[in-house]
Amino acid sequence: MTTVAMPNVGSALDRVDALEKVTGRARYAYENFPADLAYAVPVQATIAKGEISAVDVDAVLQLPGVIAAIWHANAPRLAPRNGDPELAVLQSSRVAYRGQYVAVVVAETLESASEAARVLRVRYDADEHDVELRPGHPGLYRPDHVNPYFPTDTEQGDPDAALAAARVVVDATYSTPAEHNNPMEPHATVAVWDAEGLTVYDSTQGASNIRDTLAPLFGLPPGSVRVISPHVGGGFGAKARAHPHVALAALAAKQVGRPVKLAVTRQQMFAVTGYRTPTIQRVRLGADADGRLTAIVHEAIEQSSTVSEFAEQTAVPTRMMYAAPNRRTTHRLVRLDVPTPSWMRAPGEAPGMYALESAMDELAIACRIDPIELRIRNEPDVDPESGRPFSSRNLVACLREGARRFGWAGRDPEPGIRREGGLLVGTGVAASVFPVYRMPSQATARAEPDGGFTVRIAAADIGTGARTVLTQIAADALDAPMDRVRVEIGDSALPPAWVAGGSAGTASWGTAVVRACEALMDVLHGRAGDVPPEGLEASADTTQEVRAQRRFAQHAFGAQFAEVAVDMDTGEARVRRLLGVFAAGRILNPKTARSQLIGGMTMGLSMALLEESVMDQEFGDYLNHDFAQYHIAASADVRDIDAVWIEEDDPGLNPMGSKGIGEIGIVGTAAAIANAVHHATGVRVRDLPIRLDKLVHGVI
Amino acid sequence: MRVHIDVNGERLAADDVWEGESLLYVLRERLGLPGAKNACEQGECGSCTVYLDGLPVCACLVAAGQAEGREVVTVEGLASGDDLDQGLDEVQRAFVEAGAVQCGFCTPGLIVQAHSLIESTPQVPEDADIREALAGNLCRCTGYEKIIDAVRLAATRKAQNKAAQKKAPR
Repeated sequence: MTTVAMPNVGSALDRVDALEKVTGRARYAYENFPADLAYAVPVQATIAKGEISAVDVDAVLQLPGVIAAIWHANAPRLAPRNGDPELAVLQSSRVAYRGQYVAVVVAETLESASEAARVLRVRYDADEHDVELRPGHPGLYRPDHVNPYFPTDTEQGDPDAALAAARVVVDATYSTPAEHNNPMEPHATVAVWDAEGLTVYDSTQGASNIRDTLAPLFGLPPGSVRVISPHVGGGFGAKARAHPHVALAALAAKQVGRPVKLAVTRQQMFAVTGYRTPTIQRVRLGADADGRLTAIVHEAIEQSSTVSEFAEQTAVPTRMMYAAPNRRTTHRLVRLDVPTPSWMRAPGEAPGMYALESAMDELAIACRIDPIELRIRNEPDVDPESGRPFSSRNLVACLREGARRFGWAGRDPEPGIRREGGLLVGTGVAASVFPVYRMPSQATARAEPDGGFTVRIAAADIGTGARTVLTQIAADALDAPMDRVRVEIGDSALPPAWVAGGSAGTASWGTAVVRACEALMDVLHGRAGDVPPEGLEASADTTQEVRAQRRFAQHAFGAQFAEVAVDMDTGEARVRRLLGVFAAGRILNPKTARSQLIGGMTMGLSMALLEESVMDQEFGDYLNHDFAQYHIAASADVRDIDAVWIEEDDPGLNPMGSKGIGEIGIVGTAAAIANAVHHATGVRVRDLPIRLDKLVHGVI
Repeated sequence: MRVHIDVNGERLAADDVWEGESLLYVLRERLGLPGAKNACEQGECGSCTVYLDGLPVCACLVAAGQAEGREVVTVEGLASGDDLDQGLDEVQRAFVEAGAVQCGFCTPGLIVQAHSLIESTPQVPEDADIREALAGNLCRCTGYEKIIDAVRLAATRKAQNKAAQKKAPR
C-alpha cells in the first residue's frame, strides 16, 4: 500500500464544528424535542441481588401527569436472542446488581416522571450478595477469551524455571480501582416510533452499531431503525455500545405510543453505563545482572457482573512490549453482584501498563540500571510472541527524544533525596503502547452540480476531531479545497461504519472515504469533469481491503515522563511536569491531535492521583457516584504538560499512514507518575490512586 | 408560576414553572436555549455556567424563581453574529483558533467563565490564575492546555483592543 499525497492532511486546521460548539448551537441527543414528547425516568434496584416480588404501579398512576409505569410484569417482550443480556430490560424479576433498572415511569413532564419514580414502591426478596474482588476468590475462572478476541492465557518457554534461575527477580502485585468513564455529556436517548419503525436520537460512538443492536431487540429489520447522533459530548468507550437506557427508552416509547426522552443522570451513570474493572495484577520479572529479561509473567484478576461477561485484556500489552524467552500471561475473572464493566479508554493497556511499567522501574532499581536504558536493552526485534515483524516500532526513539526534551541526562537514581523546602521532588518514565486496528466501513462521495462535494459515512465525532480530519482526508482525495467538501456523519442512514472505538475510527473511516473519493474521481475523469444536474456518486466498501491486509505487528508507541513534588507534611503528590513523546504514524491534524494526546495524558494523571470508584460492600453500590466524590483532574491539577511526536512513514497502515491516537495518551502515564513518586519519596505505591494517605507515613 | 427573565437582552417569560425548577431547566426546556449544558445538576462541573446580573453562576443551582426580573446572559448571548471574523466574542474566537474545543459539552460554560475572568481582570491573567479561575469547570477531553491557551489569547486581544480604543481620537 502507498500513502496518498495530501496537502490538507497534516495541517493544523481549525475544527470544522468549533463554531457551532462555541456559540451553543451544536445540538446533542437530549436537545431534540419531537412533538407530543413524554419523559421517562428509570427506577433502579435498591438491592444488589434477589428478586422483584411486587411493584406498586397503581399508586403512581394516580399522580398528576403520569402516563405509565412499566416493569417486567407489564413490559413489552423483547427479543435479545444472542445479543447483550444487559439490554433485556424489564424482562425478568431477577436483580443482578444494585442500580439495575427495575421499572420506568413515563409522564408528561420530567418533574412528574421524577417524582413518580422516586415514590414508586418496589418490593424485593433480597439474597446475600458478593461485590468484592479479592485474590483467591473461589469464583475465579478462566474466560474463553479476553476483550475483544485475544487468547485468555499465553505461555512460551519455561517461565517458572527461568524465574528460579534469574539473577534478579521482581515479584510485585499491583492493583487498580474501578474507574468510571464520565464523559461530560451524560447519556441520553430520545425514542420515536412511527409507521416506518423506530428513530432514536442517541449519544453514541457508533450510530450503525446502535441500529444493529436495537433492530433485532425489537424484531425489526435494520432498515426500520434510524439512529441520529450528530454531536456527542465525549464517550471514552462508555458510548461505544448500547447500554440498557437505550433499550429502555425505546421500550417505553413503544408502550405509551409517544416519543419518549430518557436522560441518564450523572449519579445513575455509575451503575448503568459501564466502567473500568478493578484489577489485581501480579507481575514477575526475571533478569540477568545487566537487566536483560529472561522471564516475564503477568497474571491479572478482574471482575464482571452476573449478567454478562466482560473480560478485560489487562495483561495483553505485556505479550509484545519486551523481549524475553520465557513468558506467561493469564487472566482470571470473577462474576460478582456488581454492575457490568465495559470499555474505558485503553481497556487493558491503561491498567496493564501501569503494572508492567511500574515493575520495569522496580527492576531498573534492582539492577542499578537507568530505566530508559533498561527498556532499550529489552527492545525486541520482532513481536516476541507471534514472531511477526513490527510495521514500525519507535519506542526507543520516543524514549531518547523524551529524555532529551525532559532533561533526563544526569538524573541521580537515588530515591527520596531531592528536597525543595517542604517538598520531595522526583522524576519518572514509562513506556506507552496502543495497538493499531482498522475495521471495515463504507462511504459514498458525491460531486454536486455546483462544484462542491458531499461525503457520507456513519462515523462519529465524540470530540476527537473526526469530522474535521475526514474533511481534510476527503478534500485531499478529491483534490478540492476544504470549503468545497461537506462530510456528513453521525446518522445510521449514512453508509455503515465502525464505531469510534479501539482508536480505529480515523483509520477505518478514512480508508473508506479515500476509496469512495478515488472511485468518484475515476468517474469524473471518465466524463472529463462534467457533473450532470443530478450530481455523480461513487461508493466504497473496505471489507476486502481490510481483510487482505498483511499481518504485521502494528502498534503506536510512546514514552511518558513525569516530575512530581510530594508535600512532606501532608503526603500530597502534585505533577509539576508531564511530557509525552509518541510515534503514531502520520499525524493528520497537529491541532486536534495534540489536544487528544494531552487529554489522554491528563486522564492518566487523573487515574494516577484521583480516580477511584469505591464499592460499598454492605449495599453493593459505587458510593462516590457524582463529581463531588469521584474526582477527575481539573485545570488546577494540571501544570506544565506537553505532547510531541516523532513522524513515522509507515506504508503498511492505511492510505493516510496514520495510527490511532485516542487512547495511547492515557497509557503509561500513571506508571510514569508512580515511578516519579517513588523517585521523590522512596515509597512505592502499588495500589492506585496515589492518595496522600498512602504516602504520608513514608515522607514524614 | 410565571417567571420573567431578561435573557441575552430580551425580556422572556416562562409559564407553569414549578417552584423546584432550576434556572438551567427553564433556559433549556422552556426558553429554547440549550447552550448551557446539564452535566451534573449539582454545581460541580460548571457546564451550565451563565451570567446572572453580571456574575457567573451554575444555572443548575439557581432556582428559577430567584431569576425573576434579573438579567441572564448565556453562551448564545455572547456573540452578535456567528462569523469567525466578526460577531463572535474574542473568547469564542480564541477557543476556535487555539483548538480549545473537543466534544464541546463543557465549552459553553467554560466560555462564560473565561469571559467573566477576562472582563474582571484589568491585565492579562497569569496562567496559574487562569487555571484557578477555571478549576470549577470540568473538561474530560482536552486536558485543559488548549483552553488555557485560548483564555490567554482572548485576554491579550481584549487588552490590545482596549488599548487601541484609548489611543483612538474621539
